[in-house]
Amino acid sequence: MTVQDSRCAPGELGRDPAANENLAVSGDPAVADRAALATPFELTDLSRRRNAPGRRAGLRRVRWLLRGLVPAALLIAWQWSTSAGLVPPTTLASPKSVFEAARDLIADGELQTALRVSTGRALAGLVIGAGIGVAAGLVAGLWKLGEELVDSTLQMLRTVPFIALIPLFVVWFGIGDTPKIVLIAVACVFPVYLNTFAGVRGVDRRLIEVGRVFGLSRTRMITRLVLPNALPSVLVGIRYAMGISLLALVAAEQINASSGLGALVMNASNQIRTDIVIVGVVVYALLGLLVDLVVRLLERLLLPWRPTIVKS
Amino acid sequence: MTTPAGTTPAPAQPAVVMRDVGKAFAARRILDDFALTIARGEFVALLGRSGSGKTTLLRILAELDTVDEGTVLAPRNRSVVFQEPRLIPSERVWRNVLLGLPRRESTLARAQEALAEVNLADHARAWPHTLSGGEAQRVALARALVHRPDLLLLDEPFAALDALTRLRTQALVHELWHRHRPAVLLVTHDVDEALRLADRVVVLTDGKVGLDLRVDLPRPREGTGSRFGDLRSQLLAELGVARPSSPA
Ligand SMILES: Nc1ncnc2c1ncn2[C@@H]1O[C@H](COP(=O)(O)OP(=O)(O)O)[C@@H](O)[C@H]1O
Ligand SMILES: [Mg+2]
Repeated sequence: MTVQDSRCAPGELGRDPAANENLAVSGDPAVADRAALATPFELTDLSRRRNAPGRRAGLRRVRWLLRGLVPAALLIAWQWSTSAGLVPPTTLASPKSVFEAARDLIADGELQTALRVSTGRALAGLVIGAGIGVAAGLVAGLWKLGEELVDSTLQMLRTVPFIALIPLFVVWFGIGDTPKIVLIAVACVFPVYLNTFAGVRGVDRRLIEVGRVFGLSRTRMITRLVLPNALPSVLVGIRYAMGISLLALVAAEQINASSGLGALVMNASNQIRTDIVIVGVVVYALLGLLVDLVVRLLERLLLPWRPTIVKS
Repeated sequence: MTTPAGTTPAPAQPAVVMRDVGKAFAARRILDDFALTIARGEFVALLGRSGSGKTTLLRILAELDTVDEGTVLAPRNRSVVFQEPRLIPSERVWRNVLLGLPRRESTLARAQEALAEVNLADHARAWPHTLSGGEAQRVALARALVHRPDLLLLDEPFAALDALTRLRTQALVHELWHRHRPAVLLVTHDVDEALRLADRVVVLTDGKVGLDLRVDLPRPREGTGSRFGDLRSQLLAELGVARPSSPA
């Protein structure tokens, strides 16, 4: 059947068993046919709406313009209001002076140094925290005893907002890099732990049965079935952790810092240099963007078997 | 035990022996005083209504389920093909095929040899998600056969395939059985499929063997002829499908 009754949803055709039975049972097929054909209906032209490639491409080009429209307008309003003197520079520096501040900071190497110090802290905390999270997730996911020991403990600790720990860490570790790295690590443990645990536990039971049928040892089951299955979930955890490490970095650096991005921003804030403060905020945002790119790259490299990632 | 006419006595060298087997899930008895013997190299098809316990029986023989009572003997070297391919998504096709083989036998050449038997030699390096349903099921078949099993357990392996692919895969299973001669237990709900492939068709009814038919037809079978129709009618009657005898 090529003509579709427009009042009938796709897939519904011929579903009605009663209708089919009527057709099949009715003694004289001609009578049934005539009765069915007597009810009039109109045909809808389904080919009227076409998938015009040219229009689509045009829309795509325009879409970027449309998306940039509001941000551009905001930028212009910002520049105009600050240069016209409506907003004093101590409240909000103009885009132009922000740009110039960034240029100066880069020129004398101050920004690069701060960036190196700060990303070093974030990375160190992330690696330590994610490492602990993966290890704890595996222990709790693979062994019942491990779950009893680890899971409830971590679930309990998870309820503590990590920023509340800053004063304690200052007492314990002083005001150098250590309290900051520890804080970032602590913040990173939980998302990685939770996702690793879920990934290990979420392995398809049917695949485990295949492993049993073909006589895989427990070690091989773990390395060939469980861990690869958990990996996507672990990466989701690490993605969260990366974002959180940045958050923890900002929080830790604003309390006390003699070096790094946070120190740069706080000093500028004390001197009411909003241009430098905004440069700092923009750099934090760019770091967040970078984190996203890195995670996507990691997924592409580590999960080549996933249909959503490979497009071929 | 009732032994309908046409069944040969238990052979000297069995591949599967099940005696007095009982199995229940929460008060519902799935197998009740069940007995079945499969000879070495024999191709047995197991029919039964949906929910009659066919999969349970197969899982018992695969050591994935346990019995409540009775005796079950089966060779150590068994392979299973499930209704779904169940390939490991994170490993390429050839690694999937070698699953469970000892390390020294796990070579690409060995996998390719097994894949060639199911006409998939050039898919060795593909990821499972790039395969069609029929291809994936053939990989599962290669994975099962690479172990040279003495008992091959097939749980409705063709059920999810389109009609054309199903016919071709059935022919392939027949050919591979003929070449390697494992004992086969094919679980199916398709009477014609059972009659085309099997030496013997067993119907599982109320936890027991309700009918045990020897298919004394020459191979390859076309699925036509009066004897075929006669066997089909007997099986359909046992399965409770009332059907007026058609003038086939
Ligand atoms: N693990 C289980 N727990 C409880 N009931 C089960 C389980 N596995 C199977 N059953 C029940 O046993 C019966 C037989 O199932 P199954 O062997 O899968 O039937 P078939 O393969 O013949 O369709 C069904 O009623 C099913 O609900
Ligand atoms: Mg079943």
